[in-house]
Amino acid sequence: MELTKEEQSALNGEKGEALQTAYRILVATGEATNAEKLVPVNWAHLSGVNYNTIGDSGEEFLRKISQDIKVRVKTTVNPMGFDFDHISEFDHIDDDFIEKQKSIRDSYIRMGVEPTFSCTPYDIYDLPEKGTQVSFAESNAAIFANSLGGLKTNKESAFSALASALTGKSPYSDFRKDETNYPLTIRMKLENPNELDFGLLGFFAGKVGDTSVTISGVSEPDRRSCKALCGGMGTSGTCAKFQFRDDTETSEKIDFGKEEMNKIYDELNTTDKGDLITLGSPQLGLQELSDLSNMLKGKSFQKRCMIFCSRAVQHQARSLEYTNEIERAGGEILSDCCTCLTPLIDTNETDAVTTNSVKGAYYLKNSTGVDVNLKPLSKIIEDETK
Amino acid sequence: MTKVIVQGKAKGTVLKTTNPINFLGAVDKKTGIIHDQKYDIFEKSIKNSILVFPHGIGSSVGAYTIFSLKNNESAPIAMICTKADLTVASGCALANIPMIVVSHEQFDSIENGKDIELDTESATILN
Repeated sequence: MELTKEEQSALNGEKGEALQTAYRILVATGEATNAEKLVPVNWAHLSGVNYNTIGDSGEEFLRKISQDIKVRVKTTVNPMGFDFDHISEFDHIDDDFIEKQKSIRDSYIRMGVEPTFSCTPYDIYDLPEKGTQVSFAESNAAIFANSLGGLKTNKESAFSALASALTGKSPYSDFRKDETNYPLTIRMKLENPNELDFGLLGFFAGKVGDTSVTISGVSEPDRRSCKALCGGMGTSGTCAKFQFRDDTETSEKIDFGKEEMNKIYDELNTTDKGDLITLGSPQLGLQELSDLSNMLKGKSFQKRCMIFCSRAVQHQARSLEYTNEIERAGGEILSDCCTCLTPLIDTNETDAVTTNSVKGAYYLKNSTGVDVNLKPLSKIIEDETK
Repeated sequence: MTKVIVQGKAKGTVLKTTNPINFLGAVDKKTGIIHDQKYDIFEKSIKNSILVFPHGIGSSVGAYTIFSLKNNESAPIAMICTKADLTVASGCALANIPMIVVSHEQFDSIENGKDIELDTESATILN
């Protein structure tokens, strides 16, 4: 990869250790993707905010680097472990976790990020014009940006997006270039798919598609289904982009029908009943909260239900009073965190969780260590409310 | 064809899997043990191995897992993949773990459990 004189001197450490670290990361990811140069990006979205995922090493690294350097472009950040406004309601979270999470939050703020703590930056900010280069870690957001937002990003890692935030640059490679090839078409064979079906389709697509896939047989899914698709796809593989199209001439075609769906479902659904319900991974958007509020009219949850949305979306939903019906029905609205890897769900207190999120299901089972009952939202409301 | 992503030297025993690795979801960042039973190296530790696997998958935070493994002295001493994904490349860059990309033929020829030597400067893998 060719570097400008200025970039080379930063790589050599002439502009400080923090910037050198950032350039070392860009060079490795540039080599990994055969980039010929670095190009400017105008928005970075970072993962690596939850103490549960980055641990003591991550906390220490961020504390150190944030003393020396600030972000150079607009930077949004992923969810933390929990919602500081509601932490007193969860007494199993120890003080050490709370302190470390505070430190991580403060380090990011010191670096000058927007304190969004959300995995759905596309639900918070208007997207820049089509073709804009951005650098999104958080796989669902990268896939959403590329496929539905018309932006250009690779499926960045926590460190490559951080390096982009600190330098304002990313290697010019893969999805940042003009043409996307779609070597594989997945033929959607399920009729009237709900958001869970789309999540499962995404998980399947991530397994069978390397880089990008065409999905045929789908007519304009709603935003909830699109987000579920992005979430599922980002969890299972490396696929970073899709398009909905029926008239493709790609060589390879593969069906996603009942049989394929059931296979993925059986891999992720490990029980038929949860002790509590979670909605949101990806975090719910405004429309989803509005829908939920309508679905819950006159009903009440029969067990604990955690509803995750970003702080910005929660504020909007409160002013539009979508939250009234949800909270009356017993739903707990939590911000700055999400189903995936939140310590709010703990194996000492919970054996199994009911959710409609395929991404959530994967991390609940594999990282949190609880069983998962996967159901579409309509079925959750039917079975779990009175 | 060998491509160097992160420079360095390593000498050790190969731990090989044909499963792509989700570092965040499948690896214990304290011990380096694989705790997802769908992997053919389930319950094995990647600590101090030369880890040979196709590529990384899943969460972008896996880069922090690699960095944590290194700080917890449970990291592989080198990684060999057939495809360099950004999570593994950036994790290895920050953790200073030598990493190379090899062809599928070379990948197939590397045997699990064998002691090998890796030197990115001379671009060699010695059995």
